[in-house]
Amino acid sequence: MTQVFFDTERCKGCELCVTVCPKKIIKLSAGEINSFGFHPAVLTDGEKCTGCKFCFLICPDTAVTVIKEEGGNGKSTDEGQ
Amino acid sequence: MAVATRRTQGLTDKQLHYCPGCTHGIIHRLVAEAIEELGVLEKTVGVCPVGCAVFAYEYFNCDMIEAAHGRAPAVATGVKRVLPESVVFTYQGDGDLAAIGTAETVHVASRGEKITTVFVNNAVYGMTGGQMAPTTLLGQKTTTTPFGRQADVAGFPLRVAELVATIEGAAYITRVAVNTPKNILRAKKAILKAFNVQIQGLGFSLVEVLSTCPTNWGLSPPEALRWLKEKMIPAYPLGEFKAPEGGV
Repeated sequence: MTQVFFDTERCKGCELCVTVCPKKIIKLSAGEINSFGFHPAVLTDGEKCTGCKFCFLICPDTAVTVIKEEGGNGKSTDEGQ
Repeated sequence: MAVATRRTQGLTDKQLHYCPGCTHGIIHRLVAEAIEELGVLEKTVGVCPVGCAVFAYEYFNCDMIEAAHGRAPAVATGVKRVLPESVVFTYQGDGDLAAIGTAETVHVASRGEKITTVFVNNAVYGMTGGQMAPTTLLGQKTTTTPFGRQADVAGFPLRVAELVATIEGAAYITRVAVNTPKNILRAKKAILKAFNVQIQGLGFSLVEVLSTCPTNWGLSPPEALRWLKEKMIPAYPLGEFKAPEGGV
């Protein structure tokens, strides 16, 4: 089980995390707007997250935090494609 | 539960001023992580350029100096010679390093100064509004080449990594990109290696990082990553152009 948190105030809605997510479970929030006027990224289906950290790696604004359970699900893709 | 990702101590908490999707933020993080992982945060001095990264001194959590346009290698040389135990890096864009600062770049390499340069190449002048840079690709539209850069009028793109790699004083010269998670991990390794080359006193090290400029390219951030892959990487091949024999 992994959890992904987006710092909504840092997020500029650039969609880079949306494009790299292998499970396609990140989207820009349609309703929420941060104080800079951007639609921040949100997770649509946290259950499917493998904790690959692609979103963390590509985020230009260090707005992503990935939390993994010890041991994880054995699907770590630190050296991912 | 364990935090799998942690915001590096090498960056301050300040919000980056860069446009949405600008990969400067990724490169800032990679440099900051490298400095932190090497345990040299307290003795690192960075030198900022003129250009979009002009405010980098507000983002890196180490000592920072702002240099005149293109003169970051000269300032870094002074710092390194006065404080030889320090770790000194310059962070420069293509307008700063490859246009007004070309002489500084060539001669800091020829002197073999033991500093590290992070060269952010996005093929355009960002801060001033999207004019042609020395690294602009042939056929690429900018505000000063509205019909695309033509070699007979505006010359050819400058391949800085290849150029500097011909100089004896250069110890480690490489080109990386930050368009995919895989390339970002490679870029991180290259930056770590460049700092290690400096710390071991082997000579000048330069990491050219292919970066995006969604705003001035007129593309969305995901489209800009694709443009980098399809247009820039063929013109600016990735790889090591010079590395110390026997490894680092």
